This record gives sequence, C-alpha cells and structure tokens, in this order.
Amino acid sequence: MLVLTRKRNQSIVVNDNIEVTIIDIQGDQVRVGINAPKDVKVFRKEVYVEMMEENQRAAEVQIQALDILKTAINKNKK
Amino acid sequence: MVLETKNFGEVEIKEEDIIFFEYGIPGFESMTKFVILGKTDAPDDPFLWLQSTENPNLAFVIMNPRDLVFDYEAEIDMFTANLLKIKDENDALIYCIVTVPQDISKISINLKAPVIINAKDNRGCQVVLENEKYKFKHLITEEFAKA
Repeated sequence: MLVLTRKRNQSIVVNDNIEVTIIDIQGDQVRVGINAPKDVKVFRKEVYVEMMEENQRAAEVQIQALDILKTAINKNKK
Repeated sequence: MVLETKNFGEVEIKEEDIIFFEYGIPGFESMTKFVILGKTDAPDDPFLWLQSTENPNLAFVIMNPRDLVFDYEAEIDMFTANLLKIKDENDALIYCIVTVPQDISKISINLKAPVIINAKDNRGCQVVLENEKYKFKHLITEEFAKA
C-alpha cells in the first residue's frame, strides 16, 4: 500500500480525475472531501461490506420459510 | 431461451427480459445478467425473484418495498441515473432484497440498499441510500404488523 502524509487542506490526486482532500482533522476523526467524475462510485468501506454480507445471506433463501411467510400474509389479508 | 432457475425449475424467458447489472450485485460482482420471475401464478404474492441467468443457483427474493412501507422513498443519485440511463424517474423500478433464513421471525428486508432498474432500458444496479431511517435489516413481521 502506498502511504502518504498529508496536512489539512492538502490533497491526493488519483488517476488525473479523482481528488481526495483532507478537510479537517479532530482527534481520531478525519473529514475527507472527494471530487470524482460521475461514473466513479464512492462508498464508506464498512457500508459496502455490510451490503455485500447481507446479499450473501439473502442468496441463501430458505424456501420453506418463505412459503410459511406467504401463507401467514394471505391469512392476514382474509 | 430456456433458463435453469433456483425456484422454478426450467423457465422459458425472452432475451429482451434480461436486465444488465454492469457492476453485478455486491458480493456477486461477476454476475451481471438477471431476470425477474414470479408474480403471474399468484397475484397476491408480494414476492418476486431476481434470478441470475449465469448461475441457476443464484437468485434473490425481492419485493416492491411500498407493499410494506407505503411511504418508502429511494432517491436516485446522479451516478445511478447516469449508469442506468434513466431519463424519466417513472421508468425506474425499485425493489428491495428479502433475506429468508430458516427462522421465519428473522426474515428481513433490506430497505437501505434497494435494487433500481430502468424498465425502459433493462439496466439495473443496487444502491445505498443515505437516509438514516433505512437499515440493511428490517424484520418483515414487524413491518407487516405496522402496514
């Protein structure tokens, strides 16, 4: 991994068109500004990981449980 | 063409029904082609299936979140609108993925990361909403009780 030291208001440019700026530093929190083209996806990593893990759980559908739920919903409607 | 599916056995689908997910579904990034199955057999059934056309075993249960949360709103950002080539917001279909474990009291819906599909152009992607009130797991039994 490339490691760079930056101060407040200093930036890093990636691939000519992505600029990452250190906006503010307070204790162990860093505010980061990102300027990127519209076709670049930016995520907080833990959010992406959570989405991935939830999708992996969702791919293991327990069909019997789904059938029970469907029956319960239809009973509720009647 | 005939498609092998997880829940419906072999199903006849049309090439033009295939939805292209340029970035796949997070966790399954290499799977880029899906079709939506279900509905026709039971109009009361709120659940549909997002079935991969590349892997018969990969399918997600999805539903229209507004069947459950009537005021559900998904803001479509510029990135997504561009990616899916959405010109008119009415062309965007919104589905949420349902996680179905063995214990039915733990069945949950992912309101935080809906799947957006441009129905005109058959392009889709999963997005993450900034809205703090939506989580990756909402217990479906609780939401149905509220609905």
